[in-house]
Amino acid sequence: MHGFSPEIWQSLGLTIELASVTTVILLIVGTPLAWWLARSKSLWTEAVAAMIALPLVLPPTVLSFYLLALLGPNGPVGLLASLWGGRTLAFTFAGLVVGSVLSALPLVVQPIRNTFAAMGDRPLEIAATLRASPLYAFFTVALPLARPGLLTAAVLGFAHTIGTFGVVLMIGGNIPGRTKVLSAFLFDFVQESRWREASWLAGAMLMFAVAVVLALTLIDKYSRRRST
Amino acid sequence: MRTATPGRIEIALSGSIASFPLDTRFSVPAKGVAAIFGPPGCGKTAVARCIAGLERLPAGFCAIDGEVWQDKTTFRPPHLRSIGYVSQEASLFPHLSVRRNLLYGAPKPKPTPIAFDEVLELLDLAPLLDRSPSHLSGGERQRVAMGRALLSQPRLLVMDEPLGALDSCAKREILPFVERLPEKLALPMIYIGHDMAEIERFADHLVMMERGMVTAAGPLHVLQTDPALPLAASREAAISLDAVVSGYDGRYGLLILRLKGARLLVPAPPLAPGVHQRLRIAAYDVSVAREAPRAGSILNVFPARIRACLPLGAAEITLVLALGAGGSGTEILARITRFSFDSLGLKDGVDVFAQLKHVSLLSTSEPPLQTIPASTPTADRGDRQATPRRETRSSAREASGIFLSLHSCRATHVT
Repeated sequence: MHGFSPEIWQSLGLTIELASVTTVILLIVGTPLAWWLARSKSLWTEAVAAMIALPLVLPPTVLSFYLLALLGPNGPVGLLASLWGGRTLAFTFAGLVVGSVLSALPLVVQPIRNTFAAMGDRPLEIAATLRASPLYAFFTVALPLARPGLLTAAVLGFAHTIGTFGVVLMIGGNIPGRTKVLSAFLFDFVQESRWREASWLAGAMLMFAVAVVLALTLIDKYSRRRST
Repeated sequence: MRTATPGRIEIALSGSIASFPLDTRFSVPAKGVAAIFGPPGCGKTAVARCIAGLERLPAGFCAIDGEVWQDKTTFRPPHLRSIGYVSQEASLFPHLSVRRNLLYGAPKPKPTPIAFDEVLELLDLAPLLDRSPSHLSGGERQRVAMGRALLSQPRLLVMDEPLGALDSCAKREILPFVERLPEKLALPMIYIGHDMAEIERFADHLVMMERGMVTAAGPLHVLQTDPALPLAASREAAISLDAVVSGYDGRYGLLILRLKGARLLVPAPPLAPGVHQRLRIAAYDVSVAREAPRAGSILNVFPARIRACLPLGAAEITLVLALGAGGSGTEILARITRFSFDSLGLKDGVDVFAQLKHVSLLSTSEPPLQTIPASTPTADRGDRQATPRRETRSSAREASGIFLSLHSCRATHVT
């Protein structure tokens, strides 16, 4: 397609891999976290919620800076990694995943938390009076009912990771084939004044963004129709 | 530590839930229907939630038929209590079909004491099975919720205003199903409501609540006629009784029912002798006379003694009457004007004749007989089919004033 180099295709694969792995981790981590935030009466919830929301207002470079410090060879996590033979998480795919997860976490936790909160206690209480243990009720009632929220969260998390840039440059180090994702490629094209490739890439990513927004609207509509 | 008594539902709750003080203690038989009655906001729902284990009061005691669900040291979480809980909103799971909603709480190894097909038939759910809850009417939803609760094989059914969110049309649709549950299933039931007209149709025991406290508890009929309680003095006062069918007069289509101190004749389809029939006698359908009426259209006239006189507004008085000569029988209520009260010279202890203008038959534990019992000499098909018509004819005769107590004597001989 219009002379996209093999590196671009490789980068696209990497981008999708990063977004997929990140989304799966986000859902696995975010769902119980959102559940706890929505249902716990503890005072800690708001403090934790604020911590999770930080990446929304923090410049990605600041977040990445602290992550580097944490994950680098001299950081606590880096030291921990060295115990089981790892060198460092900085400038690796794994480090990129950690950075992407943290920066997209608020976007994922918030819609799931809202869905759980809107659900209220009622369906779970009813499940309990029908002999459902809390765990069984979570999987058979809470999760299916939260499906629209989970879908929204997954789409947002995936899309945000596709578009991630600051974290990629800072933590990933923009290494071709290993951590160089599409948004970083676009930056390089512009740097090198390769406008034609840049416009094709930007256009494709624009179309993707439109598709994401459209998908979100459709999910919203679908869930509203179901609930009435 | 308190011990649980087999055969009783024992509840003692004190403390406060969301700053609402609750101090509720009662004990009712673990058999039949116990109604918790009180104005909206008196804490009835809080009691139901505590029984279900959805709410926890530290100083609570809850035991069902000898099984302790909560005391000082134990608290069974809701999913370990064998309760069927039906609340005001049906709260069906929207992501499951009616069938999967029904089976959600049903234990996996079959067969179960309360069978799936039985519940389908009892609540007429078969046509709804493959529909989604979002396509059901309010009444249908509530029926599914009841079926779902029953299929979880509870030892106690708690219904918290199951008709509360329904319009009057849906209420009429669903009330017969609610009435059938206690008769068809040997399952104790706690029914929570603020409408006496519903409760008096099927409750056996009554717990009256106000501001989080129990104001009275006991058999329904006893509380209905207790002069110290607001029920007897209310405008809609009525009594509910379980009478025993003792025969049928096929010639006139009259059911003969036995009560303590009275034998009632009621136009109705035939029922087998020995069947228990729930009756409702409204206070405004009962009048009194000082002397036995010599000629009148009212079939049910019995000697009675005045037990209490309760003023109702400025112009009326509700009398508590004990049926039978000497007032040894069942208590009923009569509504008369203060004018009649004074002009007849009535007061406590006076012997009168109670005239029952109308007796309503409520739910029966058995369907009407297909064949008329052999004890009725003139039984034949035509006669039974003519029953509704005869009813209207008899009221026409009542109006003309010549259909008299002679008839009641003959009917008594029939059995």
